[in-house]
Amino acid sequence: MASLKELKGRIKSVKSTQKITKAKQMVAAAKLRRAQEAAEAARPYAERLNAVMASLAAKVGDSASAPRLLSGTGSDQRHLLVVINTDKGLCGGLNANIVKEALKKARGLISDGKQVEFYLVGKKGRAPIKRSNVADVAEQFDTSDVRDPGFDEAEKIANELLEMFEAGKFDVAHLIYPIFKSALAQEPVTQQLIPVPPPEADAVSTGGDAVVEYEPGEEEILEELLPRYVRTQLFGALLELAASEQGASMTAMDNATRNAGDLIKDLNIEYNRSRQAAITTELIEIIAGAEAL
Amino acid sequence: MPLHFELVTPARHVRSDDVHMVVVPGTEGEFGVLEGHAPFMSTIRDGAVQIFKTAGASPETIEVRGGFAEVGENGLTILAEHVES
Repeated sequence: MASLKELKGRIKSVKSTQKITKAKQMVAAAKLRRAQEAAEAARPYAERLNAVMASLAAKVGDSASAPRLLSGTGSDQRHLLVVINTDKGLCGGLNANIVKEALKKARGLISDGKQVEFYLVGKKGRAPIKRSNVADVAEQFDTSDVRDPGFDEAEKIANELLEMFEAGKFDVAHLIYPIFKSALAQEPVTQQLIPVPPPEADAVSTGGDAVVEYEPGEEEILEELLPRYVRTQLFGALLELAASEQGASMTAMDNATRNAGDLIKDLNIEYNRSRQAAITTELIEIIAGAEAL
Repeated sequence: MPLHFELVTPARHVRSDDVHMVVVPGTEGEFGVLEGHAPFMSTIRDGAVQIFKTAGASPETIEVRGGFAEVGENGLTILAEHVES
């Protein structure tokens, strides 16, 4: 059995760990609220853009002059998987789940005879994806130097992706990111990013049935809107990621705090028991000594 | 009748107001939007959006970059990527 001093030391160390996890949990709870508000605030823009995109895409349709971002390169051989991970750990299985989803998608595409490359955002996805050896990492984007990845980062990522698309480095891009459902559940999803999938037509445009005038022209507007749409998608993904990270972190830290509590209780019982045992042995020795006299 | 005007960026809802007139820097020239404007859609160049709270009042300007304006039956909506007021 461990000595009293050792037990005391362990209790102390577990207690300080508990303090850390508890603090991290409370920080995550506060940040989660902010992340959710940010996600909420981004919704009107995305909805409007969706509605406009839907009405324009329906008009321009499949005509030969449709922009390449909408119609694609005509082939779907080379795929790029844009995987969005967090930069920091301490958020339970979130990153593992995202990586799992990405690898599943990659393996599926490879078994269909496609070429797959990764574009990684965030630090935590790099090691496991490289180690898996499923496909090469074409590019990675570092978000670790900013506190809250926001629209500027989304813009940079989108511009890089669009450049790669223009340069003909890939035909299809998929975006893999977690969707925040609740603090307990974050679900990684795969979504096609480029070519832009035609948005749902049921998002009725605010123009109603009236004839809308376009300036300069429908196609020019669409051409300008498509990159913006890609940016908004990425921005939305970053926001979902932020909310998911804080949610997952909160849950994981709550568990850790509770575990530490249990551990402390067990250690305390063990400590008291060995202290009592020591006292009892001492008493027996004294009594035995007294009786011998 | 006032014109309903909304200015939205990816990060937040900047403005939602009833105003008299808004002058928007369209790609093919500035245009003013009053209540009852026909449905209209235009890209906008980087520049200042002027908001006239009432007729004849001095305008309030908001700088926008990377934008897009839409006039529908609910009024004018400007989607801009960056806003500096």
